[in-house]
Amino acid sequence: MKRSTFFIAAMFVAGTTLAQSASDEIATLRHYTLGDEPEPPRIADIIDSDERRARIHPMQPPTIPHKIDNYQVDLRANRCLSCHSRTRVEESQAPMVSVTHYTDRDGIVLAEVSPRRYFCTQCHAAQTDAKPLVQNTFQDVADMLGADAASQ
Amino acid sequence: MASVIQRLKAYWRTFSRPSRHLSMGFLTVGGFVTGIIFWGGFNTALEATNTEVFCTVCHEMRDNVFAELKTTIHYSNRSGVRATCPDCHVPHDWTDKIARKMQASKEVWGHIFGTIDTRDKFQQKRLELAKHEWARLKANDSLECRNCHSEVSMDFTRQSMRAVEAHQRELVPGNKTCIDCHKGIAHQLPDMSGVEGW
Ligand code: HEC
Ligand code: HEC
Ligand code: HEC
Ligand code: HEC
Ligand code: HEC
Repeated sequence: MKRSTFFIAAMFVAGTTLAQSASDEIATLRHYTLGDEPEPPRIADIIDSDERRARIHPMQPPTIPHKIDNYQVDLRANRCLSCHSRTRVEESQAPMVSVTHYTDRDGIVLAEVSPRRYFCTQCHAAQTDAKPLVQNTFQDVADMLGADAASQ
Repeated sequence: MASVIQRLKAYWRTFSRPSRHLSMGFLTVGGFVTGIIFWGGFNTALEATNTEVFCTVCHEMRDNVFAELKTTIHYSNRSGVRATCPDCHVPHDWTDKIARKMQASKEVWGHIFGTIDTRDKFQQKRLELAKHEWARLKANDSLECRNCHSEVSMDFTRQSMRAVEAHQRELVPGNKTCIDCHKGIAHQLPDMSGVEGW
């Protein structure tokens, strides 16, 4: 009986310390208590370098290498397609949206961009020069294959 | 009473008779001065209608095109230089200005008689209105844009690659003018299906 009480108490202490250190870690992203209003960081700049970036896997929607401020995409007009559609690339010299954008969900290739690919920024995003808040431990599959080959 | 009429009659006689007392020179100079005063008044009235405040008193403009302009670079930018409605829409040359004003009167007429009194109706009319502006800017080689921008002053080493390539390929050789590529720079676009290049 005494032993089990001690055990429960020990568990309780260990549990709360663990929870506390975890909450400390989360708090490091914020650095302020709930009541304080931190100074907002500067708004990051959009990267407008026009340099295409590597994709992390073949099916990744490529990130947008140019700024898209005020580009209208709605029922009336699609600014992106005024450069990226099949008929416009000769004049704009932009890469054409790939055939997947002309394909409906049954795999049928349509004459115009498929409605499910009409709103480009659902999948493609312009990038900013903001510093990442947490470290990214993502490993490219090519690196993993390389590491595998080396360990064998 | 009779004497008043008598006196008026006398005035009228002097007024309607060819001048005997006033010199030819006075008449010429006087006429010239009056002309200037009226001309100035006319131009002042013209200038008063040539401000953004005037352009946006009616709600079609305030709620539609002006509201849209506010989100664009021509309303607020890092250098603090603003383009107002007349900068882009009213020619600086006098004859062109009068011509545009007469066309604009039709748009004011449309307001008073309520042909464009809702956002929906505005959207329906929008393509037609936009086409007028595109045609005008195309015909004058985007003169109003060039009042502020000039390709000679563009430092291509400081523009983005997309901009440089397009400007060097089409703008510098004179194949295209600003409005060919920069439609919708200040407002939202109308339904663009069927418009060349869209
Ligand atoms: C004025 C023409 C123009 C417009 C408008 C435009 N783009 Fe582009 N885009 C380009 C060009 C040219 C490139 C090639 C790289 C570069 O020069 O930036 C490109 C590159 C891209 C790429 C990278 C492709 C790759 O293989 O890495 C994506 C994604 C993209 N654009 C998406 C968009 C989206 C989404 C919009 C609308 C919000 C848009 N673009 C509007 C001209 C344009
Ligand atoms: C549902 C998500 C989705 C939407 C919406 C979408 N894309 Fe994509 N896009 C992708 C994916 C995934 C890829 C890469 C694989 C592929 O080509 O299908 C891609 C590839 C591209 C490429 C590179 C093509 C190439 O051959 O290198 C361009 C350019 C592009 N998209 C532009 C656009 C534009 C412009 C729109 C809007 C009209 C758009 N995308 C809408 C998912 C999307
Ligand atoms: C009153 C002067 C003025 C007039 C008239 C004017 N602009 Fe501008 N424009 C500016 C200023 C100022 C900027 C912002 C410069 C900056 O701070 O980067 C600008 C920016 C631009 C940009 C850059 C947009 C971006 O996102 O970087 C384009 C494109 C442009 N103007 C096109 C036009 C066109 C087309 C016309 C004619 C329909 C026009 N401008 C008329 C003053 C003017
Ligand atoms: C052949 C098409 C074309 C013509 C003609 C053209 N432009 Fe551009 N312009 C572009 C493209 C494409 C961009 C880059 C994409 C964007 O900003 O949306 C651009 C970008 C710009 C920019 C921003 C530059 C930057 O680095 O972001 C300004 C300012 C500009 N244009 C002004 C003008 C003016 C003023 C004229 C007329 C004297 C003109 N352009 C004529 C296609 C054109
Ligand atoms: C930087 C230049 C510029 C400025 C500033 C500007 N406009 Fe425009 N406006 C245009 C262009 C270019 C068009 C042709 C349609 C298009 O390309 O969006 C246009 C079109 C219009 C139209 C026709 C309907 C439409 O949307 O196409 C109206 C009405 C109009 N402008 C009113 C105004 C008013 C009111 C203001 C001031 C609050 C204003 N504009 C400021 C360039 C400008």
